Amino acid sequence: MKDQPVAGGTQAVASVQTVAPTGFKQRFGAFMRKFLRQKTAVAAAVIILLLFVIAIIGPLITPYNPSKPDYDALMEGPSVKHLMGTDEYGRDILSRLIYGSRLSLSVSLSAVMIAAVLGTALGLLAGYYGGWLDRLIMRGSDVLFSFPDLLLAIGIVAILGPGLINVVIAVAVFGTPSFARIIRSVTLSAKENLFVEAARSMGATNARIIWRHIFPETVPAIIVNISMRIGGAILAASSLSFLGMGASPSNPDWGAMLSMGRDYLSIAPHIVYFPGLVIFLTVLAFNIFGDGLRDALDPKMKS
Amino acid sequence: MDKLVEVKGLKKSFLIQKGLGAKRYLQAVNDISFTIRRGETFSLVGESGCGKSTTGRLVNRLLTPDSGEIWFEGKDITKLSERAMRPLRKHMQMVFQDPYASLNPRMKVKDLVAEPLIIHTKLSARERDMMAAKLLEEVGLGSQHAERYVHEFSGGQRQRIGIARALSVKPKLIIADEPVSALDVSIQSQVINLLQDLQEEHGLAYLFISHDLSVVEHISDRIGVMYLGSLVETADKDTLYERPLHPYSQALLSAVPVPDPNVKRERIILSGDLPSPVNPPSGCRFHTRCPSCMEICKQRVPEFREVEPGHYVACHLYDEGAQAGGKS
Repeated sequence: MKDQPVAGGTQAVASVQTVAPTGFKQRFGAFMRKFLRQKTAVAAAVIILLLFVIAIIGPLITPYNPSKPDYDALMEGPSVKHLMGTDEYGRDILSRLIYGSRLSLSVSLSAVMIAAVLGTALGLLAGYYGGWLDRLIMRGSDVLFSFPDLLLAIGIVAILGPGLINVVIAVAVFGTPSFARIIRSVTLSAKENLFVEAARSMGATNARIIWRHIFPETVPAIIVNISMRIGGAILAASSLSFLGMGASPSNPDWGAMLSMGRDYLSIAPHIVYFPGLVIFLTVLAFNIFGDGLRDALDPKMKS
Repeated sequence: MDKLVEVKGLKKSFLIQKGLGAKRYLQAVNDISFTIRRGETFSLVGESGCGKSTTGRLVNRLLTPDSGEIWFEGKDITKLSERAMRPLRKHMQMVFQDPYASLNPRMKVKDLVAEPLIIHTKLSARERDMMAAKLLEEVGLGSQHAERYVHEFSGGQRQRIGIARALSVKPKLIIADEPVSALDVSIQSQVINLLQDLQEEHGLAYLFISHDLSVVEHISDRIGVMYLGSLVETADKDTLYERPLHPYSQALLSAVPVPDPNVKRERIILSGDLPSPVNPPSGCRFHTRCPSCMEICKQRVPEFREVEPGHYVACHLYDEGAQAGGKS
């Protein structure tokens, strides 16, 4: 009896050593176990997946043409014929939302991807080389950080002019510094790895060390930050459209739909409710999914 | 035999405290000189923190010395830029103490072994894979291991992978920084034997850094004993083990266990602690713990002198004209 706790103790130590996840398969397996344990994050992932499926097969499932007016059915409330009702031109809101998902997702995804690429490159350079380059990049980020996100985006769109491409640029610009900061800090710790010194002793160039030995260490942080930023990007893109600085009102953009429906809020509130609800759910899903990813990828969290 | 590496008066200190007050420096390496000839094993021994590893990293310029000179194959590499240094690193590969941390866990074994080939040669991916397979077999692993990741290997196997990697570009010098001290004793001897076989086959020179005197005795041709950043004695292995001159070498060697219970030896136990390299003692750095300390030792730094052919020692006991104080 007395020996048991000791034996158990050594066993525990042994098992800790054997599960040290280093290979890709082990890491991925451990990640999936941790992620699947978070029920809300899994639900959010399902919603996001559904959203992407809807966006891709959209034209096949929309009951009506999203831009075809029907002057016999103006501002009708939800009914069997129009599940989410119609807007002020009699266009089917459900169809418009389905088409809008393509716009919103592509705008926010491309903006975040651009921010991720730029921010990661800047963060790697700043963290690896340090010195004046680091100071330059980080002070630049600080300048961008000091503006409230949306104000900065409005400013950029005001300079470039309205339009979806410019919305993508604006949202990408204010997303870049957060990537740069996070990746810089990961780089600072990653470059202390002995295998980085080993690569240097072999005669590897800086470019090779950054790309082959440091960048892979930053990938989890990049993935998490992408998923965390998409919600905000959707919100920002919608806000810009709402303010008339993004998609033109004829486009079935979620923000533009909100903006148009605002005028009829008192007589036909459903025109605003449904786009608002969809934006809310989408942003919430991305944020919860991002939190779940972060918790599952954080090595400090217990498995 | 001609000189492959020549180090003269090398110094390196690290800034450990900035900001308010005086800057404080840790003198990691203080005025050391040695040579490594082609195809020989030169070992640096000493306690942890005595500057052995720093010396290794200075020789292949992972660190830049504060002063002194490093010559490699008759070329002064002391002041070379990182860019100019890179092609030279083909000839001076390194094997690290920690076979767990020095191999990137995200890379397959064949890619780890072939990495120096990617850097220094223009071989195709196919040719590199073939080279990797050959190298793995040469270090006692199988080519079937090529597709695996390092976490699937034991410490000894990983160190073999590290050795295969160092060997891939046919270097002239391998800097082995405590290559076996992270391994079990039984595995240690296997790896040491491997290193010796490879040396014979490829005519490699080793700068072998270790604190383990039995390992060093087995592999070395010549040995340098370091204490607190300085080289106190350099000699052929046999000379050093039979007739160590410096009191520190004598104490160090008397601590080597002998696998014979009937042998009675006088062990020299040093008193006191290792002084801090931030604030090293005046004169001879060893004088605070030296059993034969004299007045001059506290004031004057002893010269690193050749007392007999190939045998250098930095100790006032062997000054010309000085009376032989302690043991001789």
